Amino acid sequence: MGNKSSKELLEEIEKSELSVKERLEIPQIEMPCQDPAIRRTNQKEVATGYSETDVKVEAARCLNCKAAPCVKGCPVGINIPGFISKAAEGKFEESLQIIKESSLLPAVCGRVCPQELQCMAYCTVGKKYKDPMKSVAIGRIERFVADYEQSTGKTQVPECAKDSGKKIAIIGSGPASLSAAADLGKLGHKVTIFEAFPKAGGVMLYGIPEFRLPKAIVNAEVETLKKMGINFEFNFLIGRTRTIEDLMKKDGYNAVFIGVGAGLPKFMNLPGENLIGVFSANEYLTRANLMKAYDRGNVDTPIYNSQKVAVIGGGNVAMDAARMALRLGAEEVNIIYRRTRLEMPARAEEVEHAEEEGINFLFLTNPIEIKGDDNGKVNSVVFQKYELGDLDESGRRSPVPIEGETTELEMDTVIMALGNIANPLITKTTPDLEINKRGNIVVDEENRTSVKGVYAGGDIVLGAATVILAMGEGRKAAKTIHKDLGM
Amino acid sequence: MNIILEKKKLSEQVYMMKFSAPLIAEKHKAGQFLIIQLNKDTGERIPLTIADSDKENGTITIIFQTVGKTTMELAELNPNDYIENVIGPLGEPTHISKNGTVVCVGGGIGVAPLHPIIQAFKTAGNKVISIIGARNKDLLILEDEISKWSDEVIICTDDGSAGIKALVTEPLKQLCEQGGIDEAVAIGPPIMMKFCAETTRPFKVKTTVSLNTIMVDGTGMCGGCRVTVGGETKFVCVDGPEFDGHLVDFDNMMLRHKSYTEQEKTAKDKHVCNLDKKIKEIQS
Ligand SMILES: Cc1cc2nc3c(=O)[nH]c(=O)nc-3n(C[C@H](O)[C@H](O)[C@H](O)COP(=O)(O)OP(=O)(O)OC[C@H]3O[C@@H](n4cnc5c(N)ncnc54)[C@H](O)[C@@H]3O)c2cc1C
Ligand code: FES
Repeated sequence: MGNKSSKELLEEIEKSELSVKERLEIPQIEMPCQDPAIRRTNQKEVATGYSETDVKVEAARCLNCKAAPCVKGCPVGINIPGFISKAAEGKFEESLQIIKESSLLPAVCGRVCPQELQCMAYCTVGKKYKDPMKSVAIGRIERFVADYEQSTGKTQVPECAKDSGKKIAIIGSGPASLSAAADLGKLGHKVTIFEAFPKAGGVMLYGIPEFRLPKAIVNAEVETLKKMGINFEFNFLIGRTRTIEDLMKKDGYNAVFIGVGAGLPKFMNLPGENLIGVFSANEYLTRANLMKAYDRGNVDTPIYNSQKVAVIGGGNVAMDAARMALRLGAEEVNIIYRRTRLEMPARAEEVEHAEEEGINFLFLTNPIEIKGDDNGKVNSVVFQKYELGDLDESGRRSPVPIEGETTELEMDTVIMALGNIANPLITKTTPDLEINKRGNIVVDEENRTSVKGVYAGGDIVLGAATVILAMGEGRKAAKTIHKDLGM
Repeated sequence: MNIILEKKKLSEQVYMMKFSAPLIAEKHKAGQFLIIQLNKDTGERIPLTIADSDKENGTITIIFQTVGKTTMELAELNPNDYIENVIGPLGEPTHISKNGTVVCVGGGIGVAPLHPIIQAFKTAGNKVISIIGARNKDLLILEDEISKWSDEVIICTDDGSAGIKALVTEPLKQLCEQGGIDEAVAIGPPIMMKFCAETTRPFKVKTTVSLNTIMVDGTGMCGGCRVTVGGETKFVCVDGPEFDGHLVDFDNMMLRHKSYTEQEKTAKDKHVCNLDKKIKEIQS
């Protein structure tokens, strides 16, 4: 079926019932994207999304396997063949309803899930091609049906059960919290979300950039929650403005869910790390996203003028920071990673997009010192070269420094994207809340913490993880809360 | 929420504002601060110290100097206006104990956050000697309030227009030499805090300083507020704002403070230009 347009492909597909062999021959439909040379100068979404025709063709690639191996790879067990077959028929609303049985944030997850490590890793089509990237593009279809609902303006506000008389406090407004709030609201509980920032969405808002996840999508989810009667208290820092104990003992909340994420950036303790021009990716991205520093004439939040940037790390956070730096006008952006491309934890698509945009990758390299000028501004970085050694406990070959092999490169900005660890504020101010060695809150299988009536989920439990896992945890906790309230 | 109840101009560039914030007032302890943002879409977030709180009436008092665009816009608000976003109280409270004689040094606007600390030390049963300094008489603030809570007050001005003509470090040094000082607290411009710490160091008098760095979230999420203390990186918003002045790397902190000077100056100048334009419009 070679180099045909999706329109031509669809015509062929619709002629007759396809055999498995014929389905396997349909090429994967590429995701339409903004041209790299153009998109590196704007904040608009990189991937522009499938058309109806694209979606129908891509959905026709699904073999509708009885065993549905893909579902096993989905952290929340979405009925994938179910929603894909509806999409193939053009029944997009029904398709979305199937997703919504298991996932509350399809427009988000369709965009940011690492599908190649989850559902697509198990897809029979991908297995045939021996490449999960060639599997049915499950996320792209998911994204289309979710966007379809928003574009038709038919977003439904879920119905809520009769008032249960129970008050529930939810701390944070990331995906774990929003999902817990939605489920608890539907069950008739009075839910209040307490968020430190003046806007809801957590990392989806201040971390993941507009060009990968438009904020309008996150805002739409939040608006739906508001319509359901979920109350939001912004500029509210639990642990300072009020403690969990206050919420339960003074304010009459029957249960509390902690979904505060993993909000403490890691640094490397390098000489020169506190010079001007060294940022955590959190700071850099928050200034750029949440506070819209990219909109230079119109907002007050300043952002550093960078020309030569080194971003340290190999995950999604590093890709986002690097691509943001480029969009803010940097001449040269380098991603510095200790291991090789193979071990990089970032989504494959993001790495590809970053490369297309002209970002350099320096593998087997890590900084050992940051040097500055007389004004305390970064002007160069000394890097150590590495080679791959034996397997470590994560099953990856661990990087070993090659003695004496260092290079010094001119840089004016260093962005540390090494991941986040648990913020201790809540745990410090909540007596008896059990945490593990890394500071993450310990919960049982149903997301109960060591304190009665207090539940937790998302990155604060898992360590920095993913949107879909956070969502799954929020929903699990909601179920437990409902059960424990004796409902 | 955050409705402004009272506003007073204390000196050329210094304003006092009282607004309602019952929850923050309930929790506030000496040494803590707020972050304010005037517009959640376009505003920058700036830390401001809490000068006073009234738990009964649920109010917070801030005293600020119009140094940048946001503080200038804040100063343009009036009673019955409200401050869109206020989060607090942030930071660890001052460690207050009955320790004997405490010297509290405040410079310029730093006298404002010192006020609740002086109250707390006095209430805990300490002898409090306060040294307050300003460039000149007109820039002195909270003289009466500080006197009310102090056993002794020494006023210093650069030009001698009030109190003694001296830097705050001079009486501080004399007090240390006389002996009997158990603890010191210094709040003011970084350079003042640095020299206060240098003054007390040889006398081994524990000296607490309160740092005011660039901040974004104020919750420990960004690390923009980090400083080097005793060779370690600390986050001012969650580990501070108070630290042992003998361990703080003031030079690095002062450099970091200048990270955005160019951009900030442009924003401020633009604001001033717009203001001038407005005034001219009104006059014409
Ligand atoms: C730059 C970046 C890119 C990423 N890219 C991807 C991706 O492509 N795909 C993917 O699946 N995952 C990605 N992730 C990870 C994903 O965003 C997180 O795993 C997920 O958001 C965690 O959700 P959460 O609900 O646990 O918390 P968060 O999203 O972290 O939200 C926590 C919220 O709680 C608030 N809060 C914290 N403390 C308090 C308190 N004491 N009181 C009140 N409020 C508080 C915070 O302000 C925040 O809004 C990325 C993360 C980052 C930083
Ligand atoms: S202000 Fe962001 S960590 Fe302190």
